[in-house]
Amino acid sequence: MTDALALPKKAWQRRDRKAQFTVWLGWLIGTAIFVYCFQKISENTIWAFVWDAPTQAADLGGRMVPPAWSYINQLWRPIWDTLNIATMGTLISIVLAVPIAYCAARNTTPSVTFIRPIALFIIVASRSINSLIWALMLVTIVGPGVFAGIIAIGLRSIGFVAKLLYEAIEEIDESQVEAIRSTGASAAQTTAYGIVPQVMPAFAGISVFRWDINIRESTVLGLVGAGGIGLELNAAITQLYWTQVSLMLLVIIATVILSEWVSAKVRHAII
Amino acid sequence: MSIALPTERRRWKKPPVIKRAWLRWTLILGFAIYLALAFGTISVNWARVWEGLPRGMQFVTAFLPPDFTSRWDEIAQGIAESLWMTVVATAVGIALSIPVGIGAARNIAPLPVYYFCRSILAVSRSFQEVILAIFFVKLFGFGPFAGFVTLAFATIGFYGKLLAEDIEDMDASQAEAVRATGSSWLQWINYGVQPQVMPRMIGLGLYRLDINFRESAVVGIVGGGGIGATLNTAFDRYEFDSAAAIILIIIAIVMFTEYSSGYLRRWVQ
Repeated sequence: MTDALALPKKAWQRRDRKAQFTVWLGWLIGTAIFVYCFQKISENTIWAFVWDAPTQAADLGGRMVPPAWSYINQLWRPIWDTLNIATMGTLISIVLAVPIAYCAARNTTPSVTFIRPIALFIIVASRSINSLIWALMLVTIVGPGVFAGIIAIGLRSIGFVAKLLYEAIEEIDESQVEAIRSTGASAAQTTAYGIVPQVMPAFAGISVFRWDINIRESTVLGLVGAGGIGLELNAAITQLYWTQVSLMLLVIIATVILSEWVSAKVRHAII
Repeated sequence: MSIALPTERRRWKKPPVIKRAWLRWTLILGFAIYLALAFGTISVNWARVWEGLPRGMQFVTAFLPPDFTSRWDEIAQGIAESLWMTVVATAVGIALSIPVGIGAARNIAPLPVYYFCRSILAVSRSFQEVILAIFFVKLFGFGPFAGFVTLAFATIGFYGKLLAEDIEDMDASQAEAVRATGSSWLQWINYGVQPQVMPRMIGLGLYRLDINFRESAVVGIVGGGGIGATLNTAFDRYEFDSAAAIILIIIAIVMFTEYSSGYLRRWVQ
């Protein structure tokens, strides 16, 4: 027997032995972490309630059909409020996010050592605090209502818009800016004619995308008193009017799908 | 005066973003009307806002200095719970979203399966995590289990949709080549489709881990366990200094996961 004969028996494998071991090790560690975490959750769970869930779900489902269609007439106003919260909030965030993004982009910031970290911190802080938490705080400050919702959405969206915008600014073609500058343009003119046209499509896309996300977010702000359809939803849930709840859930699905469609169309038209 | 001069007098103007004039003006006009209507209907009680501003100042000063020590045990417990929920929910959510995502890709799924999977994705994506959490808390009782189910369900919508879109954008000829060797359907998915979408999906998985942690801070507000529950308790007890500490910890952890996931993604790709 020679080695040459034994060789063809070896089947093709995607990875060599070392890579295969690394992958297995990765899976082993991952599974161990998963099992540990699940164990911990399970210790803090009352399993009797979990096993009871299918019966509960069937019961709840039975109470939710048929949706109370006539209730729709009282919903137009909350829907309009929800739309306003999302749109106005997005407008506020756009206005505030532009200067922040300008300060956060490495190639346009006035000072890399001082202003850029501040701008980045604002972005991260705004992104990590959920709009519901913003709303929780704002309702205590400005009182319950649509206004608190608008500001909550605005503050929450600054981080998102500014982050994507500053990344777009960092990716621009520097030679175009150079060309404008070499005509003797001032700093403001360089920004207006060298940078703005390059990031404009991205900017419009980001804004519409965020608007679409905000519609979804603004449906829940009412839970903490910040206006919109969430207010009605919360009231219906606490009063156990499940047929109204199911109608509102349908309305929310319809609104979100519609806004997603609009946003996709607009982005498609721009980019 | 020569005839050539008038052309020099023409000033260059920036081309408008929307080329068609009627479309541009309709959009501007429509937007103006919308703004007018919206401002007309938002009733802002300025007196209440004005009254609230000093209260807002008090509120902000109550946050300072953040108090990490007096509720530290509860905060640590909340953070740990949030992390468990995040890990388990991301893993389960991604595992469940793979079949749904494959089913929702138009180029490899038959039409009935496609519509079924797309509707799952639409439902999962339409509802904000908090609304889902309200229902899951009702079904599964208070605590981290409800939070875990909520986050896993929300992950399906996000991850499944992006997976489906990525599969739809793949290079069909590579998949075709694997199929031409006489592979079974599973082998085809495993060797023809999966290697093409894997790098991007690993990155998105890390991103979702990030999002799930952030969302775990709010599902607690409606009873889903985790750091959100601790935060809500702190607000309810008017212990704003503890709340500030919690918010700062959330920001720090989000910043950390964001940086490390960015680093990991670059390393993977």
